[in-house]
Amino acid sequence: MRFLMVHRVDETKPDAYDPGPEVYAGVARLTGEMARAGVLLAAEGVLPSSTGAQVKFSGGKRTVIDGPFAEAKEVIGGFALLQVRSREEAIEWAGRFAEVLGDVEVEVRQVAER
Amino acid sequence: MTSPTHRAIEAVWRIESARVVAGLARIVRDVGLAEELAQDALVAALEQWPESGVPRNPGAWLMAIGKRRAIDHLRRNQRFERRLEELGRELEADGAQAQPDVDAALDGEIQDDLLRLVFTACHPVLSTDARVAMTLRVLGGLTTEEIARAFLVPEPTVAQRIVRAKRTLAEARVPFEVPQGAEAAQRLSSVLEVIYLVFNEGYSATAGDDWMRPALCEEALRLGRVLAELMPSAPEVHGLVALMEIQASRSAARTGPAGEPVLLLDQDRSRGDQLLIHRGLAALARAEALGGALGPYALQAAIAACHARARTAEETDWPRIAALYEALAELAPSPVVELNRAVALGMAFGPASGLELVDQLTSEPSLKAYHLLPSVRGDLLARLGRHDEARAEFERAASLTRNARERALLLERAASYRTGR
Repeated sequence: MRFLMVHRVDETKPDAYDPGPEVYAGVARLTGEMARAGVLLAAEGVLPSSTGAQVKFSGGKRTVIDGPFAEAKEVIGGFALLQVRSREEAIEWAGRFAEVLGDVEVEVRQVAER
Repeated sequence: MTSPTHRAIEAVWRIESARVVAGLARIVRDVGLAEELAQDALVAALEQWPESGVPRNPGAWLMAIGKRRAIDHLRRNQRFERRLEELGRELEADGAQAQPDVDAALDGEIQDDLLRLVFTACHPVLSTDARVAMTLRVLGGLTTEEIARAFLVPEPTVAQRIVRAKRTLAEARVPFEVPQGAEAAQRLSSVLEVIYLVFNEGYSATAGDDWMRPALCEEALRLGRVLAELMPSAPEVHGLVALMEIQASRSAARTGPAGEPVLLLDQDRSRGDQLLIHRGLAALARAEALGGALGPYALQAAIAACHARARTAEETDWPRIAALYEALAELAPSPVVELNRAVALGMAFGPASGLELVDQLTSEPSLKAYHLLPSVRGDLLARLGRHDEARAEFERAASLTRNARERALLLERAASYRTGR
């Protein structure tokens, strides 16, 4: 079974996208551990929402709102896609991920398959 | 055993157990004993963690308990005195670790131990069944019950298999090491064979089977990926991973809405798992980049990749597939590989060239009862307009297959060449 882990960051914090060498090292160590455990399918961090956009289709019309997403309190900071053997295993990896990132929320969602 | 805390502990166990067993096996030089000591550590965790909570570094916690149990065990056996001294020093050193470079060194050491564990669990002194059971047990952290459910055998059978395997390894004094030199290649192929066998067992699961069966595919893929991290410069390991990733990418497409099998060329390619295809192609590229002639797994992966790369069945690069089968037939000669090569030749260069090879196979004793031989021959004959012969071949194929749906399909084809054409 696959799980998506998404973490959110508060962009108003100055270190939202630059958490420092210790966090980077921790993330690298953990993703290495995930790869060695054979569970890591993909993992990426994303750039600030100022480089992104929100695209809507409504009333037959497409609207594109360029970032930053000022009204959102927290925005997506990155994701990982894991293949694990149980929901509990996904939660365990998410806990380790949250620990190295520090002060973030990691959402864990099972991927619909078949 | 099913409270949320217990399930959380089991999840930690699944993640950590192989490394704990591997580390303990280096100390006690006995994989069976190491596995039992690790189980003791799990029992301790199940007793203590519900109260104390899961420790911050659960792997280190389990390892420390396991080491303490190992010391107790070695104390009872005085001939291990020297190991005991070494272990005492090691435990002291563990207390002093914290620096990242020490962590990194430890990681490297654990990886070495894991690789030794892989080769020991798949040692040729064990029967294939025993290798599979040991691998799933010590590297997958699966319970005896889970292995039994996955392989549709009674639990006591698996339990006995594991007990015997442990005893065999101990009695044969199988060293806890990675094979070097002349035996290295053969020992590696034993490991790859076990992983691929687990994968195929899962891949052959059908709708209605216990979910543990298809889960074997994922476990084999995981073991393959673990091995690729342990042996990054072994091309065949990447070849096997590539083969499994690409085959797994077709899981959804290979059965129809009613659970009926869908042949490769009729599969809806939009239902292929793009992530697995991408990973498979990347693993194959890694195998190829390491240089040298491709091994049997990498060749099969390269064939699977030709199918995966083709957006439609018509775009398939059949001349390349025929060439890859030729290379495979040289490495691992088998009538089934030849039959596949005949199909590829027929697609690449016309039915006559395929038929030429198939006709050479009709006298092959091992294919006597193999329904795909008349089925392939019938197809080639039909394409050559030799409908009466084609019909006879499809009828023969139908009489040989044990799959009811396939039989119906073959009889339908036979009937289509009956009269009016």
